[in-house]
Amino acid sequence: MSAASRKSLQAVREAVQKGDRAPLWAAIFENIVRGFTIAVVLMLVFILGTIVWEGVPQISWDFLTKAPTDGMREGGIFPAIFGTIFVVLFMILLALPLGIFGAVYMVEYVRNGPMARVIRAAVNNLAGVPSIVFGLFGLGFFILFIGRNLDYYAFGTPRDNAEAQLIEEQLEPLRAQYREEAIAQAKIDELKGKERGDFIRGYVAERMPAQNRKVFGQGAMFWAAATLAILVLPVIIVSTEEALRAVPASMREAAYGLGASKWQVISTVVLPQARSGIMTGAILAVARGAGELAPILFVGVTFFMPSLPLTEPVNFGPLVIQVVNPFQEFMHLNYHIYTMATQHPDPVGTRSIQFGTTLVLIVITFMMNIGAIVLRRRYARS
Amino acid sequence: MVLRLMDKQSAKIEPMGEELAPFLEVDSLSVWYGEKQAVQDVSLSAPKNTVTALIGPSGCGKSTLIKTINRINELVPGVRIEGDVRIGGESILGEKVDLRSLRQRIGMVFQRPNPFPKSIFENVAYGLKIHGVKDKQTLDDVVEWALKHAALWDEVHDRLKSSALDLSGGQQQRLCIARALAVQPDILLMDEPCSALDPIATSRIEELIGHLKEEYTILIVTHNMQQASRVSDYTALMWLGELVEYNRTDELFMNPKEKTTEDYITGRNG
Repeated sequence: MSAASRKSLQAVREAVQKGDRAPLWAAIFENIVRGFTIAVVLMLVFILGTIVWEGVPQISWDFLTKAPTDGMREGGIFPAIFGTIFVVLFMILLALPLGIFGAVYMVEYVRNGPMARVIRAAVNNLAGVPSIVFGLFGLGFFILFIGRNLDYYAFGTPRDNAEAQLIEEQLEPLRAQYREEAIAQAKIDELKGKERGDFIRGYVAERMPAQNRKVFGQGAMFWAAATLAILVLPVIIVSTEEALRAVPASMREAAYGLGASKWQVISTVVLPQARSGIMTGAILAVARGAGELAPILFVGVTFFMPSLPLTEPVNFGPLVIQVVNPFQEFMHLNYHIYTMATQHPDPVGTRSIQFGTTLVLIVITFMMNIGAIVLRRRYARS
Repeated sequence: MVLRLMDKQSAKIEPMGEELAPFLEVDSLSVWYGEKQAVQDVSLSAPKNTVTALIGPSGCGKSTLIKTINRINELVPGVRIEGDVRIGGESILGEKVDLRSLRQRIGMVFQRPNPFPKSIFENVAYGLKIHGVKDKQTLDDVVEWALKHAALWDEVHDRLKSSALDLSGGQQQRLCIARALAVQPDILLMDEPCSALDPIATSRIEELIGHLKEEYTILIVTHNMQQASRVSDYTALMWLGELVEYNRTDELFMNPKEKTTEDYITGRNG
């Protein structure tokens, strides 16, 4: 080594040692960072602390298992808990297969080709759409388009005013006929005045075919679940994609090397090994879906329902039970909090119910996240 | 163990004249990954029931060559293949070749042991199951047979249900050999099967190769020239994608014809 370079190395060493001492701004910066971090933690502590402090006294067995009474001033929130749980259950049943198939297609079939880029861009954009837009989409697509068309083809329910008018015109002769029959009958029975009018109206209404039967073309738990499913699709696709990519290439090679077909490699090697990642994504999606209100605002959530959204009793062999009817409106914890705080005539008097409901919601989503973490840990170990 | 290996080595010298019909033939094979040519115009042929070793420095195309033979490198996007590979006279590179039955005929053992995270039994039975074997008795019989052939049965017969990942590296590699044997291949491709193993596990695999060649035609890629000289009947030296020299193993190591070969085997190169 020449003398010159030794000299310059010496200079570098001195410079480095000098820089080793922390200047004043480094200490200031460190304190600023620490301050902001503590502020964030304090905010969380404050929010959770308030909710727990105010909410816990409200929690009781009745609060968790009874329906609201006395204009929502008393009673419990069971229908809202019920609705929240079932809407996310239906959501995950719709979103999971769709998301898994999408991710499998991307990772195993189109890999990094142009198609994969298009899908990935679509998924990323889907994740960036404001949630209220999903709500409007759900209303427009699921209820007004799919739902109304189903009703139209199943029951002949008119889809818009023009169709309603057309049907009305077609039914007019029938109505006139029933009217005449009723008038004739009224004459025989010698009905007069109000009695006569009521009889004729009743007679006609009884016989006219139903023309406004709505089963699908209205807000329903199923449509809310479908809307939420689209919202959480990116969560599931991204986590499934990561899980699939994490399966080592050597596992695929081993299976292909034994003569497995592509589908066999996916179904017997890749998907089983990606299971934990997919499950984690599913639980995170459930937690996300349970916390959203905007997407379901227009598609079936309701302030109050006198009964749970159940079917008529169904026979299952010896069992006669009511099952969840996904084509009814439903109550939801998020909407309950929102309406109690903003729409109720006495928002101050019902404060404790609001806090109690919020606490229940937070505990439910928190438990789901804990579940995801536990699941991931367990699979990571095995 | 060492003694037995040395016995085998001396017993190995047997007449291997040119009269043996080629079983596996590689004919002017070239392989590209995108723009990069990994194998350049390689031709070699191996008779049935022999062990052929492919030696050469890293990145010389050895692995690519054997991965072309069971067409598993077609999983790599952008791979392009020219030339031909024939087994028993039949080309295997055509569009119409059924990859499932091709890969059933050509077993492969990889550089790192890659058992599935399933039980020992399920690992060996996997190949049979994907080829439609469902009968429990058949599966039991073949699993036992394959594990015995891979010299693993004595160590695992009482814990077939436990996870394959609990086995040692050497046991895992023998399990992978058993898994490949279970589907009844004719040819075994081994891509540096001992590079992740300790010397004792390595010698067990080498011993196993000596037995397996009685039933299978084996192609083994190795970095280790001692290994090549111990286990193989023929040796091919590859250099930068080209086949430099291909000859009977004893000939190649004793009387290398090419300067590159001599430099490589004496350690002056690579």
